[in-house]
Amino acid sequence: MLVHLPILQVIVPLIAAPACLILRRPKLVWLFALFASSLAFIISILLLQQVMTAGTISYELGGWSPPWGIEYRIDKLNAFIALIISGISTVVLLAAQTSIEKEIPKDKQPLFYILYLLSLSGMLGIVTTGDAFNVFVFLEISSLSAYSLIALGKDRRALWASFQYLIMGTIGATFILIGIGLMYQMTGTLNMADLAVRLPEVAETRTITTAYVFFIVGVCLKLALFPLHFWLPNAYAYAPSIVTAFFAATSTKVAAYLLIRFTFSIFGISFSFTTLPIETMFLVMGLLGIFIASTVAIYQDNIKHVFAYSSVAQVGYMIVGFSLSTPAGLTAMLLHMFNHALMKGALFMALVAIMYRVGSSKINDLQGLGRQMPLTVAAIVVGGLSLIGVPLTVGFVSKWYLVVAAIEKGWWWLAGLVLLGSLLAVIYVWRIVETAYFKAPILGQQPVKEAPMAILVPVWLLVSANVYFGIDTRFSVEIAASAAKSLFGVAQ
Amino acid sequence: MTMSDLPPGLVLIIGAFILPIVGQRLRPILTLGLPLLTLYLVWSLPNGTFSTVPMLDYNLAFIQSDSLSRLFATVFSIMTFGGSLFALKQKRVLELASVFVYAGSAIGVVFAGDLISLFIFWEIMAVASTLVVLSAGGKRSYQISMRYFLIHVFGGTLLLIGILSHIVDTGSTAFTAMAPNTFGTIFILMGFLINAAAPPLSAWLSDAYPEASFSGAVFLSAFTTKAAVYVLLRGFPGSEVLIFIGVFMIFYGIIYALLENDMRRILAYSIVNQVGFMVTGVGIGTEMALNGVAAHAFTHIIYKGLLLMSAGSVLYMTGRRKCTDLGGLFQSMPLTAICSIIGALSISSFPLTSGFISKSMISQAAADESLTLVWFMLMAASAGVFLHAGIKFPWFVFFQKDSGLRPSDPPWSMRLAMILFASICIGLGVWPEYLYAMLPYEVTYVPYTVTHVVQMLQLLLFSGFAFFIMLPLMKRTLTITLDFDWTYRRFFALLLRRMFTIIWKIDGALRQAFLSKLDSGLSYLARRNVGASSLLSRDHPAGSMVIWVTVLLAIYLLMSFIG
Repeated sequence: MLVHLPILQVIVPLIAAPACLILRRPKLVWLFALFASSLAFIISILLLQQVMTAGTISYELGGWSPPWGIEYRIDKLNAFIALIISGISTVVLLAAQTSIEKEIPKDKQPLFYILYLLSLSGMLGIVTTGDAFNVFVFLEISSLSAYSLIALGKDRRALWASFQYLIMGTIGATFILIGIGLMYQMTGTLNMADLAVRLPEVAETRTITTAYVFFIVGVCLKLALFPLHFWLPNAYAYAPSIVTAFFAATSTKVAAYLLIRFTFSIFGISFSFTTLPIETMFLVMGLLGIFIASTVAIYQDNIKHVFAYSSVAQVGYMIVGFSLSTPAGLTAMLLHMFNHALMKGALFMALVAIMYRVGSSKINDLQGLGRQMPLTVAAIVVGGLSLIGVPLTVGFVSKWYLVVAAIEKGWWWLAGLVLLGSLLAVIYVWRIVETAYFKAPILGQQPVKEAPMAILVPVWLLVSANVYFGIDTRFSVEIAASAAKSLFGVAQ
Repeated sequence: MTMSDLPPGLVLIIGAFILPIVGQRLRPILTLGLPLLTLYLVWSLPNGTFSTVPMLDYNLAFIQSDSLSRLFATVFSIMTFGGSLFALKQKRVLELASVFVYAGSAIGVVFAGDLISLFIFWEIMAVASTLVVLSAGGKRSYQISMRYFLIHVFGGTLLLIGILSHIVDTGSTAFTAMAPNTFGTIFILMGFLINAAAPPLSAWLSDAYPEASFSGAVFLSAFTTKAAVYVLLRGFPGSEVLIFIGVFMIFYGIIYALLENDMRRILAYSIVNQVGFMVTGVGIGTEMALNGVAAHAFTHIIYKGLLLMSAGSVLYMTGRRKCTDLGGLFQSMPLTAICSIIGALSISSFPLTSGFISKSMISQAAADESLTLVWFMLMAASAGVFLHAGIKFPWFVFFQKDSGLRPSDPPWSMRLAMILFASICIGLGVWPEYLYAMLPYEVTYVPYTVTHVVQMLQLLLFSGFAFFIMLPLMKRTLTITLDFDWTYRRFFALLLRRMFTIIWKIDGALRQAFLSKLDSGLSYLARRNVGASSLLSRDHPAGSMVIWVTVLLAIYLLMSFIG
């Protein structure tokens, strides 16, 4: 059984998805989906344990040995990302049934869980597979289900947002496919490890360079790296709240994983960082993303938009870590992927609670909510402090490692810019806190009750994780650091 | 986990989260009991390092106890107790809870054994003090708290950069004496100085403190700046640049306090001025000076707390804050007036008050180091302090013209708090040896010598005269006839008035220009971004997104083919 864990990681949610059709009753389907997701979470914990003790696992699908058969290859990097995805998915699902009762019509609820599980298995598939074409297949599974999930949103603009995401996502996936196709054409293999061996022979060709460029642009689109982020804010804002919570915490991480996997393990550092001045390009776009997206976030009047733009800015921080092209920088990036999942998970889950009670996520509708929903708003405060990077939260840990990495490289100005960026977060977070706590409720508006336990529990699970991993950093830092080191070790 | 593993500041921080939950009856007991418990913990800590926690690859030492940290923690606890007593009538629980976190983190800073735990408490202090400002309520306090928070986060940012590069440089997180000669230490110093309200960013203090509630301002006056003095004392003793900064702060505080009309803003400027004395003392850096700084921080917290309590009482009873709206309150608020006079005498370092035994140590240290100019300036500034805080504040609020207001003294809890602090002021002035025994170095200084006393009295006497000479300058309707040469007086006043007006005008013009530029820039941004269809946040049609993709693809391809 333990030997088959790598494939079970993907198969469990993938099989569970159509099985939902049999159950039909939303409550049952929910419990079943929760069960499947928890199972995936447990599997990812076991996998991570195995990888940390015994090293990389290679699993041959159907007994066909690579490079002919499809290989699933689990190392520290993807075990870590799979843990983030399945963990967030499980916590978010805890609140799903309560939340969608108000946001999705009853007959579509089982459908929601099917799509959710498909999307989850797609993301897990992208992360665990060791086959480049498999990446594309799973990318399409997760994206197609994502488009439909977003379209389920109550707001009619959800359809339009979903359609735009569909166009952009398809272009992104096509670019990635073009990249993979060109690589296949030149090397005749799709296995990642095999590609890494064969690529250097043909590295000097235009085809490979073009493959690389197409791949990078496609991934940047999926990653919502500035200026390719335009699809993201509306998709996040108009999707059902629970979907936003899930995607905000996980989907950009998958794209970031792809970026790391292809640049470091497949193309190799020496190729990736010399073909293109990618360090400079990413540094510039990361910084622009941080400052412009944070500024835009300040002027939004819908909190979902605020946090969506903030996500674009946070991707900027990750990319800045990447652009340092040192083990310390990559560690900072991986750490921030983990920490950002916790922050945005907590914040968007708190919004799930607000949507449940208030039915709107406009900032002005939050007036006086601090007294009516104290626990939910307190969660936003802690999550917001984490986003700013106040000590004792995960945000501080991210900031710390990113700044240390910049200083070790001797880029003092970058350390300063990164920290100045967090000043902008102060403004948009403070605005929400001020509205919720210090403005009187709108006259005539019905006072609301605190959110139900089913939502509060996952919210506070994530909030406590924000604080816990902000203090006890051993787990996250150890894995991120050793994954980063081995990535650099492999490529050197 | 033994008692000594529990950082004393944590008692207050944890207490802050319990306070809002407990009922009305239990709350006062906790409010007063927790600071006393903290004080007990502070004193039961033996010297040494405790409570180490591994975090971020380093071992954090949350408690490093020695005489200096104990001294500051003691006065912080006393201040929390006295302030809480004063604030019993404060109905906003949020303010009280924030104050407890604020005080707890200040004590945390004082006990922090390494730079990282120092920074952690430093940031908590910034957040909590912002909440204290914010909890006064109203749109204005929101804008002010925002400005306040941004400046402190900016200061924290400088500090973090400094700390990180210092750690990278030296490989150690230890918080020991440094000299501002590397990139890291300079940034650390800048971060510290921003909290000490040093130029050029000293305006945050006089901007924010007077806007806090009647009780909030009392707490604000104590912790942030004095925690900054503490870290300067430990981190940068003897850094010469601090002398200049300190002297500048002294005179900045005096000049602006003299021109100010809001009674609590006068006191806020006077904090800058007093912290200036301490920063100068740190810059001098001899044992005598450092002792003086520590002692002065102690006494200053008490008497400035007392002064702000009396100002808070007046505000609480009358709702007015401008000197021109007040006056003549002595008749109906005798106790408040007497307490404020005791505070005023202390800040002017009148013999037999706490100010006398502490400030004189700093100026003596300057004299011992034969820093003649500094000594002279400190002396001149002492006179200036007497002018703005010692006479101006009580005179305009409690005496001067009769404003017609007849408020009574404040409720008993506020009176009790003032009496407590007033007695500490006198007590320390009469028996300085108790404070001296707590100082980090051995004290050989004897405050009560004939020369010291006479010198101080002379100085105060003359500046007292000067105040009444300048009264027309401050309040022209008031005429005072003194047995003085009229023309000389006239000339002197004119000269001073000219000088102040010029400084005021230049400074005002500079600020105005900067602010209007900033304002127009920001409002342009805001104008273009309100609503969904604006410059940065409009929705893009899919076509324009695709154009971006194409552009980027083209750029990347081009670059890869060239490179």
